[in-house]
Amino acid sequence: MLKDSNRADHLLRLGAGSACPGERIEPAIELVEKGNIDYIIFDSLSESEMLAFERHKMSQPGEGYDTYTERRLRRIWPECARRGTRIIGNMGAANPRGAQELAIEVARDLGLGGRKVAAVLGDNVLSSIRELDPIVNETQERVSVFGDRLIAAHAYIAADPIVEALQQGADLVITGRVGDASLFLAPMIHAFGWKADDWDLLAKGIVLGHLFECAGQVTGGYFADPPYKVVPELHRLGFPIGEISADGRMVITKPPNSGGVVSPATCAEQMLYETDDPANYIEADVVADFSDIGFEQVGLDRVAIAGTVRGKPKPEMLKVNLGVREGFRAEGTVFYAGPGAYERAELAADVIRKRLEQVTHLKADALRFDFIGISALYGPTTAADKPPWEVGLRVAGRTQERAEAWKIMHELETIDNNGPAAIGRGLRSEAITEILGYYSTFIPREMVDTEVIVKEA
Amino acid sequence: MPKVQLREICHARSGDKGFHANIGLIVYDKKHYELVREQVTPERVRGLFEDSVKGEVKRYELPRMGALNFVLRDSLDGGATRTLTLDGYGKVLSSVLLSLEVEVPEE
Repeated sequence: MLKDSNRADHLLRLGAGSACPGERIEPAIELVEKGNIDYIIFDSLSESEMLAFERHKMSQPGEGYDTYTERRLRRIWPECARRGTRIIGNMGAANPRGAQELAIEVARDLGLGGRKVAAVLGDNVLSSIRELDPIVNETQERVSVFGDRLIAAHAYIAADPIVEALQQGADLVITGRVGDASLFLAPMIHAFGWKADDWDLLAKGIVLGHLFECAGQVTGGYFADPPYKVVPELHRLGFPIGEISADGRMVITKPPNSGGVVSPATCAEQMLYETDDPANYIEADVVADFSDIGFEQVGLDRVAIAGTVRGKPKPEMLKVNLGVREGFRAEGTVFYAGPGAYERAELAADVIRKRLEQVTHLKADALRFDFIGISALYGPTTAADKPPWEVGLRVAGRTQERAEAWKIMHELETIDNNGPAAIGRGLRSEAITEILGYYSTFIPREMVDTEVIVKEA
Repeated sequence: MPKVQLREICHARSGDKGFHANIGLIVYDKKHYELVREQVTPERVRGLFEDSVKGEVKRYELPRMGALNFVLRDSLDGGATRTLTLDGYGKVLSSVLLSLEVEVPEE
């Protein structure tokens, strides 16, 4: 039916397949099989995920990409190939070339030889940042102050190189740090030939991309709060489908008979998710103004974007995420229950604090005690009319040296037989992790050279 | 005027952006937008999270959507990768905000 319509009426159909690395796979399969989509787009990255992939690459230089990629491609690629559905994702993370090699192996193994796999490079700007030595937004000092503790710098690049890869016929486009929303804008530019300075259209595309970058969060995921907000069949949440026309009209829906809900309320929540000024939503492609956006229910689980979305020229500078080694984090939790649970948890905290200070002479940047069930989150808030039946004591600290972090762990381990009575620790959650601190800075756009490498499987 | 928890007339979602957090607050029914705008001020939101917000609290208005966007600068103990708190991504903030009481005129 769509093939007979003229270009202006043709609807581009995009599906969002993931909100994180290791996302559930069934919603993506459902999108490919029942969503009648032209593209499926996978988002694997957040600021902290990107640093986690960099950390992984330090110990395993051949990796550093989203390793779920293989499982995902094996489950969806044959059906995508049959239907002509193209795949785009930032699963390349810290190593897009590595993910490209993996994808080519998988394609050959699946009998999909001849498929074109593109890797988008250029977001890794560590050497340029060292050379340029810009001011860090959060510290207002130069990057060089971090010295060799700076281990990663990734620029949020625009949709352009993805568009180029699609123009070269790529069936699968693998990127690193591209703006999440830009992943979705790219197929719109490719399908409709939107001009590089048609800011209003680009802004509309970015808005849809922002709504879709967390996949199920716009279709009823991360929404339910009964009895106020009820989501049907949440256990089989369907992921979103966008229907986009060349003039920028957009409808958000989901596969027929899937779980979840698409309503103005689910869209409104996701529209504001992780945003700052709605009149200046900055991506590398365009600055979007969605302060006058609205959402209109136009059918069952169908919502049209209404109101006005405007665009302003793209920024001269691109945002760069920095990863900086910042020592270690130690963390563990023990549990007390029954009469006097809270008092015993407080006593245990007192013992651990005194020993860390007076016996082990701990050197820590920060130390924190939380009483889970009482005051761990924005407390103290729990009503005291009845003593709590169970309390978790959580101890967490930040240190420069691993040996110092170990002191905190050791006190948690030995509080059992040396501390207050009756302790539960079914869940041994003690862990020491290395901290890669997140900072941001800017780089002039012209200093970021992107590159597209297309290979045939 | 009767007081109700914000939860009765609004829904919300929160999350992180590096060092900062934001909370999107949306009225179920647009007839409540004005009273929410008048009563849920940046100052009140700052007061609710005074232990965790180190920077400013900025509020943006989206009347067509019936929404307010609160940006809480430097409120995540350095953000998800280094915080010692249990809510490094600021995702619990929305639920806490909905505990605020507002006065709603009887109909």
